[in-house]
Amino acid sequence: MLTFILRRVAAGIVVLCAISFITYVLLYFSSANIARNILGEFASQDQVAAKEVALGLDQPLMTRFFAWAGHAITGDFGTSWFTAEPVVHALENRLPVTLTLVVVAIVLIAICATLLGMAAAVKRGWIDRVVQTAAVVGDAIPGFVIAIVLVTLFAIQLKLFPATSSIVPGAGADVWIASLALPVIALLINGVTGGAQQIRSAVIKQLEKDYVRTLRSRGISEREILFKHVLRSAAPAGLTVLSLQFIGMLGGVVILEQIFALPGMGALAVQSTTMGDIPLVMGVVLYTVVIVIIVNLLVDLINGWLNPKVRVS
Amino acid sequence: MSQPAAASGQTGTVVRSRVITRILKNPLGITAIAILSLMILMAVLANVLAPFDPNFANIGKTLASPDASNLLGTDSVGRDVWSRLVFGARTTLLSALLCATVAIVIGLPTGLIAGYYGGKFDAVANWVVNILMSLPGIIVLLTVRAAFGPSVWISMVAFGVLLSPGYFRLTRTSVQAVRNELYVDAARVAGLSDGSIIARHIFSVVRAPIIIQTAMVCGIAIAIQSGLEFLGLGDPTVATWGVMLSEGFKNVYLNPTLLLWPALAIGLSIGGLVLLGNAVRDALEDGVKIKARKAAPAPAAGGAAPASRADRRKVATVDAGTEHHLVKVSHLGVGYPQADGSVKKVVDDVSFHLDRGEVLGIVGESGSGKSQTAFSILGLLPDNARIVAGCIQFDGNYTVAPGDDVVSQGRVSSLRGKRISYIPQEPMSNLDPAFTIGYQLVTPMMRVLGISKAEATSRAMKLLADVGIVSPERTFKAYPHEVSGGMAQRVLIAGAISCEPDLIIADEPTTALDVTVQADVLDLIRDLQKRLGVGVLLVTHNFGVVSDLCDRVVVMQNGRLVEEGPVREILRNPSDPYTQKLLGSMLEGKEPMTMLVPAGMEA
Repeated sequence: MLTFILRRVAAGIVVLCAISFITYVLLYFSSANIARNILGEFASQDQVAAKEVALGLDQPLMTRFFAWAGHAITGDFGTSWFTAEPVVHALENRLPVTLTLVVVAIVLIAICATLLGMAAAVKRGWIDRVVQTAAVVGDAIPGFVIAIVLVTLFAIQLKLFPATSSIVPGAGADVWIASLALPVIALLINGVTGGAQQIRSAVIKQLEKDYVRTLRSRGISEREILFKHVLRSAAPAGLTVLSLQFIGMLGGVVILEQIFALPGMGALAVQSTTMGDIPLVMGVVLYTVVIVIIVNLLVDLINGWLNPKVRVS
Repeated sequence: MSQPAAASGQTGTVVRSRVITRILKNPLGITAIAILSLMILMAVLANVLAPFDPNFANIGKTLASPDASNLLGTDSVGRDVWSRLVFGARTTLLSALLCATVAIVIGLPTGLIAGYYGGKFDAVANWVVNILMSLPGIIVLLTVRAAFGPSVWISMVAFGVLLSPGYFRLTRTSVQAVRNELYVDAARVAGLSDGSIIARHIFSVVRAPIIIQTAMVCGIAIAIQSGLEFLGLGDPTVATWGVMLSEGFKNVYLNPTLLLWPALAIGLSIGGLVLLGNAVRDALEDGVKIKARKAAPAPAAGGAAPASRADRRKVATVDAGTEHHLVKVSHLGVGYPQADGSVKKVVDDVSFHLDRGEVLGIVGESGSGKSQTAFSILGLLPDNARIVAGCIQFDGNYTVAPGDDVVSQGRVSSLRGKRISYIPQEPMSNLDPAFTIGYQLVTPMMRVLGISKAEATSRAMKLLADVGIVSPERTFKAYPHEVSGGMAQRVLIAGAISCEPDLIIADEPTTALDVTVQADVLDLIRDLQKRLGVGVLLVTHNFGVVSDLCDRVVVMQNGRLVEEGPVREILRNPSDPYTQKLLGSMLEGKEPMTMLVPAGMEA
């Protein structure tokens, strides 16, 4: 078990290094006019040149990358080129908003999709038709269009929710709930239909298995068969979908945070990439990739716990 | 699938034309094609359809309502909404196509090579794919934009790279499945080059999934592209639906209909693509679809059975003089409703009985209805099965009363596990792989007999020893995949006798086992039956097993009972030609049957 985790963590670190390098190389092409952009158009040529030296822009690509990586290993991601705010500090302010949004949404999606998917698989009939139709409709409408509709309807027309968030560091729980309710609902609507569809087919596949018939022949109640045996075997398929949705959401919140004016990672990503603030972009990318690696590791661990065969190999 | 090369190529084209007809017959498929054709027409004829240049701004006429010259009104700087919508279709569709093309060009060949040759390339490609799939798309696109500027086309190329793993995995899995098929081996032996094998056999397999995947990918590309434009990260000089959305959102307080048109266009386009993908899938899985629809109104075998006619007449009594039979099946008919409204009968007018302590064999080849008969007694028929005639009684009470159309779960479920138990055919698939063998033995005993876990555990140990397992403790802790097939079958037999049933239904209990293990398992069943005095209904196709174990035998063919009687008599004087044929096939190359019968017993 421990070797499994260590091996996965090692693989994660390799991925992290590869992605850092690729991102850094990509950003290198964008950094030509950075010093001029930071100082503004009225700065003198000497000032710009001095700034370039200060930022290390006069150095060759590999030197710059290894200088950055050397600091990054110690947890020092440098400071933003534009605001001089330490990158770690900026991310720590933004991360809670995004993580709360995504985690709350994924937990709700998991619960609703499981219940709906199982109901559709077991009861069939109208619930099944609703779940199947909803899955097609859910696929057809992009998440951010749902969000726009929700804002227009519930925040702007009906004024039930604030249209823009008022989350600031240290804000109370009521502010968080009011600000995150609509975005969470938008993510939920977008994710639950596909999730329920996947759980449905996984449960149907399990219900057709021979061992279910044998369990029934042993006098085990239908409820116990469903919730203990079938759900457990269907769970890995559901988890895979949820983890993909989670990764998708980390990207999706970029647009969502813009629509709901939430001060999260996504907003930071847009701001830092449009300005070419390389330390900040690298910070955002690294944090996101680390979250993704952790989520994938968690999914593998849960799958191993659910399925003894995976555990052995 | 195992046809020679030329024939499989031909069936390929037949299937394809049938698939297209099915898509056109499906209302959703037609809708999808109509929507997409409309969008494509808009894109192609944009120059004709749009009265204005998409970027022509009439400053004097901003946020105007629809009128004769501006069909859908104007936006905040006075640009014509209709013209922008039409030109937006062009950008949007082209970018979706570009994205899908890039993804296919990268994913398809690499998937083919990885799937067909495997090896190092496969390992490296999988590693790269795992990285690509764990990247959050938009963050990457933001980075790409920072590097290469705000071009829709560059974003879509990058996004195509990000989506290529979908094609890679799809192709790789299909190719791996086909690579080891016999007809591909045959083609290889016949001297076809790898290239022509791939072109001929493998493309025909991946073609349909690729079409479905492409519809989905185009949808995702449209969503992400308009998302980026919405963020204001696109090229501001190009009219796209995303830019229109963004512009509408900024003016949502002044004129919310500016949001409506681009949102509708995006929703319709993606919807059309999703529907097209589903229609292709449905057309390919047509047979499966009918089955699923048929199954829909049927209740699940367990909890949710509606009150059938049977439950209302709870106390139907069995015919006098038949109460002493352990099981009595009378004129049983089992059928499956078909798509055209008819009912396909798999069991027709079958009657027999089984007494306490007796071993009755049901013999027939596959498709004879023998297993369906056995499952009717257990009440474990598939959801869509119907009892079309007859009745079943167990120990003097109906489980299927005359006139019932399903087995009454209310009555059978209290018997199952407790008084009727079941030994399945395939040992491995009949144990839940996620739970230990001990758990799967202990839990039914706790539930059915109401005993404590400790008591159930000690009983389980004894049962495992009883069925001839050498180290019960180790087997108790093991997971099903950790034991052999013969051992698993012993575990299932232990489970079947664990609650001291009166009747054991054994469905081909030795068919899936090695020949050496078969004899052991038959010995075990015989010993247990003698020791416990339990009635056994043995379903088999093998007269050898019947002669070994059974007192009486029922022979079935095509759902009908053809012959019934004591084993000895039927073995010696089979009256029905089908029985003679079954016996003949068993006796081939063996000693004549008369050797089994002592001379003095000849009548």
